[in-house]
Amino acid sequence: MSESQKIIEIEVLRYNPESDKEPHREVYKVPFSDDMSVLQGAQYIKDNFDGSLTFRWSCRMAICGSCGMMINGIPKLSCETFLRDYYPNRISIEAMAHFPIEKDLVVDLSGFIEKLESIQPYIIPREARTLEQGEYIQSPAQFNEYIQFTSCINCTLCYAACPQFGLNPDFIGPAAMALLHRYNMDSRDGGAEQRMQLVTSEEGVFNCSAVGYCSEVCPKHVDPGNAVNINKINAAKDYFLRFLSPKGGSK
Amino acid sequence: MSTMKVRKRSNAPIFWGLFGAGGMLAALFGPMLVFITGIAVPLALLLPADTMSYPKMLAFAQNFIGKAFIFAIIALFMWHAAHRIYHSLHEIGIHAGMFAKLLCYGSALVCTVISAVVLLGLGF
Repeated sequence: MSESQKIIEIEVLRYNPESDKEPHREVYKVPFSDDMSVLQGAQYIKDNFDGSLTFRWSCRMAICGSCGMMINGIPKLSCETFLRDYYPNRISIEAMAHFPIEKDLVVDLSGFIEKLESIQPYIIPREARTLEQGEYIQSPAQFNEYIQFTSCINCTLCYAACPQFGLNPDFIGPAAMALLHRYNMDSRDGGAEQRMQLVTSEEGVFNCSAVGYCSEVCPKHVDPGNAVNINKINAAKDYFLRFLSPKGGSK
Repeated sequence: MSTMKVRKRSNAPIFWGLFGAGGMLAALFGPMLVFITGIAVPLALLLPADTMSYPKMLAFAQNFIGKAFIFAIIALFMWHAAHRIYHSLHEIGIHAGMFAKLLCYGSALVCTVISAVVLLGLGF
């Protein structure tokens, strides 16, 4: 290490369910270089100060969506957030807001996984086709209808940003609703009616108060807030027009 | 899917629809109404002094279109405000539930009924 080695203070919200009653903060002095991400800062702490520090990560390049955390109170992917942007101030890292903490920076995502399953995140064919009939043809215009909503990496930063999810954990939430919208908008898919029950339900889109922070923090520019609000209109149409064209849905 | 749980349908579209309609009217007419009723007429700016005189306003309220306009402005503004207040209470941590709902939407309903009764009572 050179004489001019810069050192940044990283304050970490620690929680060990086996010994701690509640989370507490610990500060580590981490030497860093300009190319080091916050994730690398956490790795430095784990390698040099406390091997029990627990956090999720994998790809280090904003693709896998594992390393989300609250960085100075803002939901961010720690792999694409750099220590140099915070130096010389202290930087605080915490587990993502609104989720139960499993250990240190790791949150329990089982509720989110259930929501992902509940939206039926797969193509429900509009029409059954045999192999002889060939593939489902889709035009570039039809492709453009949904491609934006396929970029979600399930990092759940939008849930950590959503004040309504914070108040009501049953809310289906931004990412799941964006993925639901992705399948509904796919010209090959015919499952919109099946998914409508969820959209219109008490756990559905009307929990959203159009804050828009979900779209702001989204690292992949999915704009989940837009998906939720388009589906408010779809849900309202379904609510009022269901008497004209009776179909399956919520009771 | 047979394993999908049956979910309760939310009644929010009714209130959200009234909220949206009121919001659009508020955005379109709110600032203009504040200017006319709160600034221009009291200060005699731009508009004739008797713009809002009793006979003129009575005639306006007796006209079918004028009646509909006044009713929409009062009722939908109220539903818009009620919805916003209800959700703001929730956001700042006051989860009063059914009580807050009744208070907010109830007052909008009462204002809707009163304005309808008064406007119809003025005749055509």
